[in-house]
Amino acid sequence: MNFDFSDEQKFLRDEARKFLTAKCTTAEVREVLDDDAKSHHEDVWKQVVEMGWLGTAIPEEHGGLGLGMLELCVIAEELGRALAPIPFASSVYFFAEAVKLAGSDAQKSELLPRIADGSAIGCIAASEGPGPVEAGKLKTEFKDGTLTGTKIPVTDGDVATHAVVLAKDGSGSSLVVVALDQDGVTRSSVETIEPTRSHAEITFNGASAERLGGQGDGEALYAEILNRAAVLLAFEQVGGASVCLDMATDYAKERQAFGRPIGGNQAIKHKLAEMYVKNEVARSNSYYGAWALSTDAGELPEAAAAARVAASEAYWFASKENIQTHGGMGFTWEVDCHLFYRRAKLLAVQAGAPSVWKEKLVRALETRNAA
Amino acid sequence: MDFNDTPEEAEFRAEASAFLGQHLKPKAASAIRGREPRNKMLERAKEWQKVKAENRFAQITWPEAIGGRGGTAMQQVIWNQEESKFDAPTGPFAIGLGMCVPTVIAFGSDENKQRYVQKALHGEEIWCQLFSEPSAGSDVAGLKTKAVRDGDDWVINGQKVWTSGAHYSDYGILLVRTDPDVPKHKGLTMFIVDMKAPGVEVRPIHQASGGSEFNEVYFTDVRIPDTDRLGDPGQGWKVALVTLMNERLAVGGSPGPDWQEIMDYARDAGTLSNQAFRQKLADWYVASQGYNLTKFRTQTALSRGETPGPENSIGKIITANHLQDICNSAVEMQDHYGLIIDKDKAPADAIFQESLMWAPGLRIAGGTDEILKNIIAERVLGLPADVRVDKDKAFSEL
Repeated sequence: MNFDFSDEQKFLRDEARKFLTAKCTTAEVREVLDDDAKSHHEDVWKQVVEMGWLGTAIPEEHGGLGLGMLELCVIAEELGRALAPIPFASSVYFFAEAVKLAGSDAQKSELLPRIADGSAIGCIAASEGPGPVEAGKLKTEFKDGTLTGTKIPVTDGDVATHAVVLAKDGSGSSLVVVALDQDGVTRSSVETIEPTRSHAEITFNGASAERLGGQGDGEALYAEILNRAAVLLAFEQVGGASVCLDMATDYAKERQAFGRPIGGNQAIKHKLAEMYVKNEVARSNSYYGAWALSTDAGELPEAAAAARVAASEAYWFASKENIQTHGGMGFTWEVDCHLFYRRAKLLAVQAGAPSVWKEKLVRALETRNAA
Repeated sequence: MDFNDTPEEAEFRAEASAFLGQHLKPKAASAIRGREPRNKMLERAKEWQKVKAENRFAQITWPEAIGGRGGTAMQQVIWNQEESKFDAPTGPFAIGLGMCVPTVIAFGSDENKQRYVQKALHGEEIWCQLFSEPSAGSDVAGLKTKAVRDGDDWVINGQKVWTSGAHYSDYGILLVRTDPDVPKHKGLTMFIVDMKAPGVEVRPIHQASGGSEFNEVYFTDVRIPDTDRLGDPGQGWKVALVTLMNERLAVGGSPGPDWQEIMDYARDAGTLSNQAFRQKLADWYVASQGYNLTKFRTQTALSRGETPGPENSIGKIITANHLQDICNSAVEMQDHYGLIIDKDKAPADAIFQESLMWAPGLRIAGGTDEILKNIIAERVLGLPADVRVDKDKAFSEL
C-alpha cells in the first residue's frame, strides 16, 4: 500500500509552490481581474512555459517532459492554490489530452510540440446554451471539412490559437480540431463571474477543420476527455479549497470579538471542522482519481466522477464559508476571499455541473454492479 | 501511488487469510446481522479469541513476550481487513483488548500484568471501561464517583453510565475521584475493578433502539485493593488519556447499511430511477469512498512508521450521519410499509429500520459529532480551546 505521491512528486510540488508563491500572488491575479483588456497574465504564462510545465505529461517524442499524469496532478493542485490566471487547464487538461487521446500521428506530431513549447494555446468548445452539453442537441455542424455554428462560453477562447470542438457530423457527432486564426472564425469576449479566466463566444462560418478521432465518436471521446480533465480540475479545486481553509483558520485565530478570537466560538470552530472534513474527502477521492488516471484503470469513470463531485462540493463550501468567516471584510473587493469564490464556481460548472457528475457516477456504479 | 501490498504485506495477508479460512465461515449476507442470541455469540467470541491467541494472531502489535506477534501496525490493519471478511465474533473483546488491557500493560505492576493480561488475551475474561457518568459525559473529568483510602484498600461509591458490555464483563478499568480539593483533572485515579465484587451492581439501560448494549453501574462501598491501582493517585487523567489514545488505533468496521446496500435495495424495489434519490446516492458514495480512501492514506503513513492523525474523528462524523440518512431514505422509500421492524415481514430483514433506531446512539457514542468537531478544530486546525471556567478551581468548589 502506497496511497501517496512519491518523494520526487512531492519535490516537484514544493518547487511549483515556491515558484507560484513568489511569482503568482493574488496581486498578479488582480492585474488580470482589474483589466478588461487582459485575458491572462503574460509574465506568469511565459515563466510556466519556460519551466516546461505545459509538457509535463506530453511524451518526449512530442516535445514534452514525458512525466506522468501524477506529476500533472501535483502541478494542478498548485495552480489551483495560486488561482493562476493562465490558460493552463484549457491548453493542457483539455486540448493536449484530447489530442493525446484521439489524435492521428500527424496531429500529435504537429500539435503537441507546439502546446508543450507554448507557441500554440488550445481550448475546448462544447457548450452552446444553458444546461448540460448533449450531442443530440448540437447545432454546430462539421461538413465537407468545414465548421459552422456558435460556441459559448469557451474558456480561454479569446487567447487560444486552436480549439477542439464537439460538432454534429452526419447523423452523429465528432470532435474536430480547428485553427482559430483564420477568416472563418470570429471571436468576442464574454463577461463572466470569473474574469481571471477569460471566456469567448466563437462563431465558425465555414472555418476549415479536421476530425480528431473517428466520425461519430464525438460524444464518447468528449466524455472520456471530461473524465480525464475532471481529475485534474479536482486537484485545482482541492488546492483552492485548502487555501480557503487556511485563510479562514488564520483569520479566526486573529480576529477578536467579545474579548477573544472568533475561532474560540463553536459556531466558527464547527464550520471550519466541516470544511476540513469535506476537504479531506475531496483530497482522498482526488488521489483515487489520480491513480485511475495514471494507470488507465477501468475504474476511471467512477473515480473521476467522485473526485469531481467531492472537490466541487468542498471548494464551494470552503469558498463561501471563508467569506462568511471573514464577516463584512470578506465581502470587500480588497480582501481576496471573492477571488476563490469566483474560481470555485467556475471550476464547478466548467466541465459539467456537480449534479450532472452525480448522475454519471450513479450510472458508473450501475454498470459496475451489473458486471 | 499503488494499492498493492508490498511483498512482505502480501505474504502476511495470505497467511492471515489462510488461517481465517481454516477456522471461520465467510461473512454471510447482511440479513444475518443481530440474529444470534447473546449467550451463543459470547461463547463463540471466547472460543475464537482463544484460537487467535494460541496462534499469535491476537494483538499483532503486542510484543511476543506477552503473547502478541511483535508485528507492525500495518500488519494489524491487514489482519483487521481480512478478519472482517469472515463471520468473526470480535465485539466483546474490542474494548478490553483495544483499550483496557493496554492501559494495564502501560501502568500496572508486574503482578497486575501476570494476573490479567494472558486471561484477557486468551478470551477467558472480558473487560469494560468505566469512565462516563450521568453528569460527566463529554466532560469526562467532571466525574463524581469517589474512592477513599481505607488501610490497604480503597472504598468506592458512585455511579457510572453508558458502560458497553458491563453486564457480561469480568473486570473493568475505573476512573474515580480521589481528591476533590484540587482542580478536576488533578484529583482522579484509575483502578482495576472486579465486576463481580460485592457492591457492584450492573443495570442494563433500555435504549431508544429497544436493545440494551449499555449499562448503568452502581458502586456501593466496593473495596479495591491498592495493588489494583493503575498509576499514582491523582494521575488518573494521564492514565485515561493513554486509554483513549489506544481507542484511536482501533480501526472500526462498517456500522450498518451503506450506499451499496441501499442501492441494491432501491434496484430491487424499482425506485433506483428516482432522480432525487440518485443524487443523494452519489453523495453517500462520495463520502463513504472518501473516508475509506482516507484510511488508505492512514495505512500508508502507518506502513512508513508514522503516527496516524485524526482520521478516525473524520470517520465517525461521516459514517454516523450517513448511516442515519441512508436508513431514513430507505424507510421513506418503503412509504407506510417502512414502519415495520418485524424481521419476518419487513424488507431486507428490517436492517434499515434497526439501524435507523440505532443511528442516534452512533452519533453520540465515543464522542458526539460536536465534540469530534471540537477536536478537529482545536487539535488539527489549532483554533482556541473552548472556555473552561472550572479549569483552575478545586472540584469541591464547583
